[in-house]
Amino acid sequence: MSDEPSADPTTAPRQVSRRSFVGYLLAGSTVVAAAEIGLGNTPSAEAALPTVAVPADIYDLTDAQGDAALPTQGLIKVQVNKDGTASFELPRAEVGQGIETAFAMIVAEELDLPVEKVHVTLAPARPELLMNQITGGSASIFVLFTPVRVAAAIARQALLRAAAIQLGSVVDRLRSKAGEIIAPDGRTLSYGELAEKAAGVDTTAIRVTLKDTSDFTVIGTRQRRLDARDAITGRKRYAMDLDVPGALPAMICRPPTLNGTVRAIRNAAEVKAMPGVTHVVTVPTGVAVRAKTFGQCIDAIRALKVDWNAGLVASASDESVLVELKRAELPLLVPSVPLLTKVRDFDFTFYFRSGSPLEPNCAVADVRADRATIWASAKVPVVAVQEIAGKLGLPMSKVRFNVVEGGGSFGRKLFHDGALEAARVSKACGAPVRLMWHRADEPRQGRQHPIATSRIRVAHLAGNILSFEQRHTSVVTDFKHGFGDVITATAARLPFGDVALSQAIFLLTQFVPYDFGLVTQTLTESNQHFNTSAVRNIYSPDVRAASELVIDQLAKETGKDPVVFRREHLRKPRVRRVLDKVVAEGKWGRPMPAGTAQGVAIHEEYKGASACLVEIDCRPETVNRPIRDGVGGPRVTKVVYAIDPGVAVNPLGLEAQMHGGIMDGIALALTASCHLEDGHFLEASWDNYPYTRQWNVPGDVKVFVMPSDNPPGGGGEAGVAAAFSAVACAYTRAVGALPKYFPINHKDPLFWEPKPFVPPVPASPTDGLEHLI
Amino acid sequence: MPTHTFVLNGKSVTVDVADEERLLWVLRDVLGVRGPKYGCGINVCKACTSHFNGRGFNPCAVPVGALKPTDEVTTIEGLAGSVGRDLHPMQEAWLEHDVAQCGYCQPGQIMMAVAVVNRAKRAGREITEADLDNIRNVCRCGTYSKIRDAIEDGAQRMGAG
Repeated sequence: MSDEPSADPTTAPRQVSRRSFVGYLLAGSTVVAAAEIGLGNTPSAEAALPTVAVPADIYDLTDAQGDAALPTQGLIKVQVNKDGTASFELPRAEVGQGIETAFAMIVAEELDLPVEKVHVTLAPARPELLMNQITGGSASIFVLFTPVRVAAAIARQALLRAAAIQLGSVVDRLRSKAGEIIAPDGRTLSYGELAEKAAGVDTTAIRVTLKDTSDFTVIGTRQRRLDARDAITGRKRYAMDLDVPGALPAMICRPPTLNGTVRAIRNAAEVKAMPGVTHVVTVPTGVAVRAKTFGQCIDAIRALKVDWNAGLVASASDESVLVELKRAELPLLVPSVPLLTKVRDFDFTFYFRSGSPLEPNCAVADVRADRATIWASAKVPVVAVQEIAGKLGLPMSKVRFNVVEGGGSFGRKLFHDGALEAARVSKACGAPVRLMWHRADEPRQGRQHPIATSRIRVAHLAGNILSFEQRHTSVVTDFKHGFGDVITATAARLPFGDVALSQAIFLLTQFVPYDFGLVTQTLTESNQHFNTSAVRNIYSPDVRAASELVIDQLAKETGKDPVVFRREHLRKPRVRRVLDKVVAEGKWGRPMPAGTAQGVAIHEEYKGASACLVEIDCRPETVNRPIRDGVGGPRVTKVVYAIDPGVAVNPLGLEAQMHGGIMDGIALALTASCHLEDGHFLEASWDNYPYTRQWNVPGDVKVFVMPSDNPPGGGGEAGVAAAFSAVACAYTRAVGALPKYFPINHKDPLFWEPKPFVPPVPASPTDGLEHLI
Repeated sequence: MPTHTFVLNGKSVTVDVADEERLLWVLRDVLGVRGPKYGCGINVCKACTSHFNGRGFNPCAVPVGALKPTDEVTTIEGLAGSVGRDLHPMQEAWLEHDVAQCGYCQPGQIMMAVAVVNRAKRAGREITEADLDNIRNVCRCGTYSKIRDAIEDGAQRMGAG
């Protein structure tokens, strides 16, 4: 891909070289600097349009997000304060992916300030930012890297100019270091002393040259998280930890079937009279109770007697939904192929699963007659404000949405379900609330990654792959959040015609990174009645796991080693390089005992390239090891992961994200799914939903972040697809049979009793002191 | 409503709540101690792990009425103070290994780690892989490998400290 700027003067950033940019010193009491509008990393889409039918290889979702953010990049500001620190209000969500630390590093780099002196906070919803306040698609660093660097460099330039006047020198003879401007004779002025003197009186355009990557002293170093100490001392505050006056706990009694609705409450007065309970009100999603403690809310929910209307999928099951998907599946085309060509069909099912983070949906809301204030973690707060204002009947300008650090997301916080409910409950009660979902609410009434099938047909002759067709068929994925606006805003640039939103997302994220002749990949959707969301890495884990499994089968049929086969067909040297890294570090091909095996897979997305090698133990003594209330099963014993992420701002943080992707990949392949039966999901808590636990964790996990000069790509979701695929491939090789569905334990007998659906939440146990550790 | 007295992070506290109220909500909603987190309310995610008379437990599964005035409850907020330091050696290990991602489960993970190490100490042995495998605390960010490394490091620091 070209890094050259577009030749089109109407859309191109005004830049004279890759490192020289114009930005603005804004009027203010101290130094406030911003990048020029229209600044990003995205190369021209028009110049790079492919003629082949694999758009995501050329112009992907990351590019679309970059383009959608271009008009508002000038609104991204960096400020230098009187105490010598710098502030940057990050218009993104921090949910554990580490971007607060990464952006502190980026500001520190261009401002020549110690990282600890850069305060990154989360911006409240800023509707003027439009699509530049979406945290998704692992695009934050890619989209904001250059604008934030430019803003920081402008601030530094302003400080230099002010210092030159103070010191009777010229800018070129001064240098900046660690928060000070230093004159040739050794005199120094601190940024704090200069912050007011350097302030802009009006908006002034300034041209700056960014540091060359070879001069980086902060970017690329291993920086520990700036919030780590708060996190490990219990001081880090999540939405439910905020003390908002009068905001009492609130929870919702939810229906027994998916998306059921309240017909009548039979004992509202009785429940309202329970200890601590202040309100019992009906909202669209159920019956809300507000009380002095969450314990009292749980008691009230359990005491409520509610008549419900059934939801729209009242009798649906895994099997019935799969029948619908089968009906919706597009036919595979039998290609016109030469005699002796082998045509192979493969068919995989990926069951529903919950991407929910450990912090449940929660929000604080204080809704008054003429205004509302919300505190919550949200990845698309502008859309949240739009919807909440609409539902409350308030103008958007009267709804303030404070974005709070979140306890994980994995796609869940693209939706603001908890914040909307909190607002509705606060309005109905006429009082502030601190609303929390019970854990049981999430798998049962929350959002699931949709169930899908992925069918692949390949034709090969004499070791050559002639065609590769993939038909992905899925329950509808809900993209009713900011991604829709991104697609609409960039529609004219997208390298395909007018397609449905989910189609656009699919086409912008999926491609086959191998030379396989005629390649087609399609998405077909069916059934829009489930609550779904993009879960970490959207379609890629399933689409890629299916592909990589088939690639192993092709290697086998053509008599090739899986690594050799992949190397022969991979298109990009960058991918071969990460593959070679894991092959070397993971000792690919070493002798393994029967029942154990290695597996390998690659993935390209978010402007990066990944390879993953795993070893798995499927021997009976391992599979059947005793695990109390959990899934043992095959154990991944070793993972070697290599990623070329482009420039890695913080390799330590990126490694952490790969760890998360690996643990997700293990869960998707081996343990974690939700079971739909009779119109409801059976799972209700972590004792039913076996996300990776310590007894599933590999003893040996190594992540290699490869040096790279490519633009900085995305990290948060980058680890999932290759890890899932590698585990699936290793499992297949260890047991000698290709699985038909994932996770592999989905049809095993449940190791737990489904919790009752009425009442919808379980009582808390009372025997905690009998289980001291 | 009945009153209940117990020792919280070194200081005696008295609360006026029903016997059955689970200690997690007494801590969080009545006393404003927000380090122990809610993740399930049924003692399976372990996000609220704290210490009861020096041993690991989950306040979501303990009615406050079960506590005696002499019972000592330590939450993450009181962990360092319980050994008379700014940071407990296990917290230092957590920083050293940069374990946390979103951080939500980490107070519980650290409290459990200290309990597991102390349990091994009481048994006169080192922590084992089985000890680590049996830790039930959920980390949805997947920091499990770093947690294992930090616990081994923290155990050394606790022994040395």
